[in-house]
Order: sequence, then structure tokens, then C-alpha cells
Amino acid sequence: MGRSETVPSGEPGRPEMPGQRSGEAPYLQVTDLRVRFDTEDGVVKAVDGVSFSVERGRTLGIVGESGSGKSVTSLAILGLHNSRRATITGEISVGGRQLVGLAEEEVRRLRGRDMAMIFQDPLSALHPYFTVGRQIAEAYRVHHPKAGRREARTRAVDMLGRVGIPQPERRFEQYPHEFSGGMRQRAMIAMALINDPDLLIADEPTTALDVTVQAQILDLLADLQAEFRSAIILITHDLGVVSQVADDVLVMYGGRAVERGSVRQVLRAPQHPYTWGLLSSVPSLHGDADANLVPIAGNPPSLINLPSGCAFHPRCRYAGVNGDRSRTEVPALGAAGEAGHLVACHLPAAERERIYRDEILRTGVAR
Amino acid sequence: MSAETEPLLSVRGLTKHFPVRDGLRAKGAVRAVDGLDFDVRPGETLGLVGESGCGKTTTGRMLVRLLEPTAGSITFAGRDITRAGRRDLRGLRQDLQIIFQDPYASLNPRHTVGRIVAMPLQVNGITPPGGVRKRVQELLELVGLNPEHYNRYPHEFSGGQRQRVGIARALALEPRLVVADEPVSALDVSIQAQVINLLRDLQRDLDLAFVFIAHDLAVIRHFCHRVAVMYLGRIVEIGDRDDIYRRPQHPYTRALLSAVPDVATLGPAGRIRLTGDVPTPLDPPSGCRFRTRCWKATDRCATEEPALVTRDGGNQLTACHHPESGPMEVSK
Repeated sequence: MGRSETVPSGEPGRPEMPGQRSGEAPYLQVTDLRVRFDTEDGVVKAVDGVSFSVERGRTLGIVGESGSGKSVTSLAILGLHNSRRATITGEISVGGRQLVGLAEEEVRRLRGRDMAMIFQDPLSALHPYFTVGRQIAEAYRVHHPKAGRREARTRAVDMLGRVGIPQPERRFEQYPHEFSGGMRQRAMIAMALINDPDLLIADEPTTALDVTVQAQILDLLADLQAEFRSAIILITHDLGVVSQVADDVLVMYGGRAVERGSVRQVLRAPQHPYTWGLLSSVPSLHGDADANLVPIAGNPPSLINLPSGCAFHPRCRYAGVNGDRSRTEVPALGAAGEAGHLVACHLPAAERERIYRDEILRTGVAR
Repeated sequence: MSAETEPLLSVRGLTKHFPVRDGLRAKGAVRAVDGLDFDVRPGETLGLVGESGCGKTTTGRMLVRLLEPTAGSITFAGRDITRAGRRDLRGLRQDLQIIFQDPYASLNPRHTVGRIVAMPLQVNGITPPGGVRKRVQELLELVGLNPEHYNRYPHEFSGGQRQRVGIARALALEPRLVVADEPVSALDVSIQAQVINLLRDLQRDLDLAFVFIAHDLAVIRHFCHRVAVMYLGRIVEIGDRDDIYRRPQHPYTRALLSAVPDVATLGPAGRIRLTGDVPTPLDPPSGCRFRTRCWKATDRCATEEPALVTRDGGNQLTACHHPESGPMEVSK
């Protein structure tokens, strides 16, 4: 697709360990990202010191509940926060370019070309007055000012076909309301991919879709990634979706990262009590259907008035194990055993192991 | 759940068509629900599952008579309630309640929680022993809310707590059957489990029958004794939970189950890939409605609508000319 970088032949075969491999620098590197909003009620610390990286050809799943900061993080990467309302600090490096502090004009040049986004609700992301094809072609022409109408059209039709829309020539002329939910999401993916972005951010891309259509879209994303080798960030609350498509996982709570690692590490050997809670509260198609789910007590925290210390401590069953520490000291994201697996929790490693083995696995719901 | 028990709810040929007009002229009808038969016994939970447009919500609304059926009959506790008038409905609504999906839209923001929960008592002119306030506080406690929050407004509660208010309101009249329409799908994962557990406890403690409508197969599995799978306004398969999940016979049930991304499996699962979208209920396919997406479809499927029948004399009924047999392969 006219790319200047040389693409190594053959897929690396989804290695298990996150972090840097094969000497290739991560395409996206986020370091100590903080996003704050000043509101009448106080300062909302929507993202509070989050770091992660994504390499080309890999998918990072960012998991969290509402208010965990997962969507705010992605909007910050794309430079979509209003600079008058949001204060952003830290570093966001995309393909070696530093984005924080970059002029808006510069970010706009990257957005849609080097990095693109797929939103949850394609109906509100597509303009109802213009044909789907025109909107996709427009996305191409913005970044290829020399391209003519015809060239843009050819590309858009080609892209519609590649995302699995039948009769792309005819569909090009139709309006968003003439598309079904799944087809609209495909059209959005086509629009996001029209400029061959190296980084694709998908924010709950399948949440509004039926399960059989969701399966189609997840397959499509995987196929397109194998073809284009883009780095993908998949933001979702659905651990099932993460388990299907992610290579690495970042779990967020109250604007902070609480656990990070490969999908196998985080879902099969989780270390943070919040991750335990998420896994045992999700109903599964496997295991004992009559067992009660084990929910997390209480409610997600307010970002204006985040609990002191570990933000999860008021809901954590094990917060008292270390005396007052969970209430007074914010735990740092540190090594959790296996290389590449990180957790932000005050529990001593041996104690975590014991609780997970003796108490969490016994509930037997999530696995 | 013995089969001899008289059903509490019995539905036969239930149908709802929404006319579509082009100006003043009728242009056809959306066949949202097209001839459903099922029973719910006392204390039993029946799950209605299917994708959007399959008619599950329309069915739920007809059961509590928020929508008028086009045809068919609904019998509740031995009484035909299909055409029950306003006055009859009042008595009926004591026994038959509904919980809605959206905990934000289903509570009046100007009323206190106490008033919201007391409303069914008031409307039905019921004064419980000990007074309305005491009863409401008992109900709030029953659903895990602080009874002292009686005077608070819905906006002071989180989504999960609001859903509990909706549940307390539904239970105020001690119903025998509750229709729950996607009661947890608007909630965060950690809160979802709280509400599912609450509903399960209430179901057992109060011996409530439920029609539980959801698109999430894993949620249904954790709540229901029996499951009906719907597609384009029809039931394609109905049976006991374990039969449906372990030995589904209808290709659509299999496809649906294998499409669920489950935390228990890592990596792309060996799914059955259905192509295309659900056809429009305005003009459903002839014969078997699933045939346009079915990998087993033959000419017969286009001409002859399959009947919902048992294959082995048991409780599992399937509407398919080419049913599957044997256990569902579980990819682990």
C-alpha cells in the first residue's frame, strides 16, 4: 500500500510477552500521561499517570468500567481534547513524534493519516446528510490534496469492498441510514483505514452490535491488522472481547493503570484484586451455571474525589492486609512475577499468590 | 420443576404486527412477533434470547399488556388476559410486573425514591399493614438499598442502585411473575453481577417466576431454568438450560453460542461465522427465516416453514428441517 517502511516478512506469531521485542521500537509510547479537566465541582483527574506502549502488528486491550479513564486516554492520543478545557501532561510519542505540546495543526495532519479512530456509535459518527462514500473519499482527500475526485472514489470503493461490504459501488452512493448497524461499523472501519494508519484506536467498536455481527467485526479487525500491520488499541469493558483479540492488556481504575501484561498473564494469572473482581463478576458460558457470581462491592469512584492511597481500597476485600498502607500510599505499577507483568498493589507477592490460588480460583465462575 | 404443574403463564400463537404506512396507505407490516407458543410455570425463570429485531422486547411488552397483541392468546393463572380491559388490568398488574432496561429513563426524576416505590401501592389503593412508608422501607432493604434513602431523588443514585429501585417498585405488589427486559445490560460489569445475584436471590426467596429478556447468553445461563431462542419474531428453539447450552439442535443457537467472546477462551475461538445481517422483519424470508444465513439450508427450507417440535420426546423443541445432534463443541 505504498508504505515507505520495510515490513518484515512473516508474522511474529503473536509472542506472549509484552514490551519490546525484536529491537523494534514501539509505534506508540505513552509515558506518565495525565489529563485533567477543571470543572465547577473541582478538578477531574480523568487520567492520572498512565504509561504503556504498542508495537506495530499488535493489539493492546484497555479494560475498565465507566469513568476509568480509558476513553479519555484515547482521545488524548488523538489530540481530540479541547485545549482550553483539558490540561494534558506527560509524553505521547507516535512513530517517534512527540504529540503533547504539538501545535493543533500538526496533530491534525497526523490524525486520520497516521492514526485513526473507530467509535462505538457509527450512526453519530457518520454525517446523515452526506453519502457514506463521499465521507470516506473526503477522509482520503484531506490527506491527499493532490488526489482527484475520481481517485478518491476508486480508493473508497476499494476500501468498502475490503471491509466486506457487498456491492461497494452501489453502497458508495447510499446514506448512513440505509446501512444496517454492522454495515455502518464496517463503513467506519473503511473510513479509518482509508489512509493506511499505523495506529488504530477502536473505542468499544462492537458494543452496540449483535453478537454474530460482533464476531464478524472482530474477525475483520484481526484480518486487516494482519494485512496492514497496524498497532491497535482496543478499548472495551468486555473481557470476553479482550480475550479474543488482544495481545496485551492494560486494566484501568480511577484514571490509573492497575495491571498490565500479556493477555495470558492478565486473564490467566491476574494479580490485582480489581482484575480478580472483574473476572469473577463476569458470567461465562463455561463453569458452574448455578454458582453465584462474585461481584465487586460498592461503586466505581468519583474522579473529582478519588479515594486516598490505592483508589480501589474502599472496594477491596484485602485492603486491610497491609495495615494503613492502601489508604495512605498510592501503589506504584511494579513487577508482578513474570517479566512484562506489572501490578499496582500493596499486597506482598507471596500473599497475592496465596489469595489468588486459595480464594479466587475456588470461586470457579470465571474460568 | 415438575411438568405436571399448571403453567402460570401460557402463550399461544402470540403475534404482533406493526403496520407500516406510506402516507395514508398501508404498505405492509413489520412482523415483530409472529406466532409464539410457550409456558412459564410458577417459580420458573424463562430466558428469551436473541439479536436485535428478534421480537423479544415486543413479546415482553405484550405479556404485561403494554402492547396489544395482533393475534394469539395470553393466559395468566388460568385467566385469558389477552383482551382484558383497563379495570381487569389493574388487578392483573399486581401479579404481573416489569423491570426495564434503562435505569435512567424508567424512574421519574422529580419523585423521591420513596414515592416511586410506593406508587404501585397507591395506584392500586393498597395500604399495607404498618403503613406505606414501612413497606417501602422494607422493599428498599430487600433490594439492598439503605431504607433511610427514602427521601432521595434518582439522580443521587448510581446506575446499579437505580436498577435496584426499579426492582423494589416491581416487587411492591408481591407479583407472581416479573418480566425483566435487559435488566443488567446498561450496567458496568462489576455492578451487573450485583444485580444478577440480587435477582437470583429474590427469585428463590420469593418463589417468583421470571421472563428474563436479554441478548447476553452468559447472563441468561446464570439466571434461567429454561431458555427460548428467538429469531425474526419466532422461537427457533426452546428447552431446559443445560440442553440448550450443551446440546443445541438449531443451527442458529449453535452460531449464537459460538459467537460469544468468552473470557474462558483465549485467542480467536473456532466460531461458526454467520455471514450478513438479520433480514428485515418487514419482509422475512419464506419458509425457515434463518435459511438466508444458514449453512445447512436446502430447497425445502425455502418452501416449508419448520414446526417447533421435539426430536426425542423430551423438553427440547426445535424448529429446523436439519437439526444438529450431539454436544456443542466447547473450545477451551
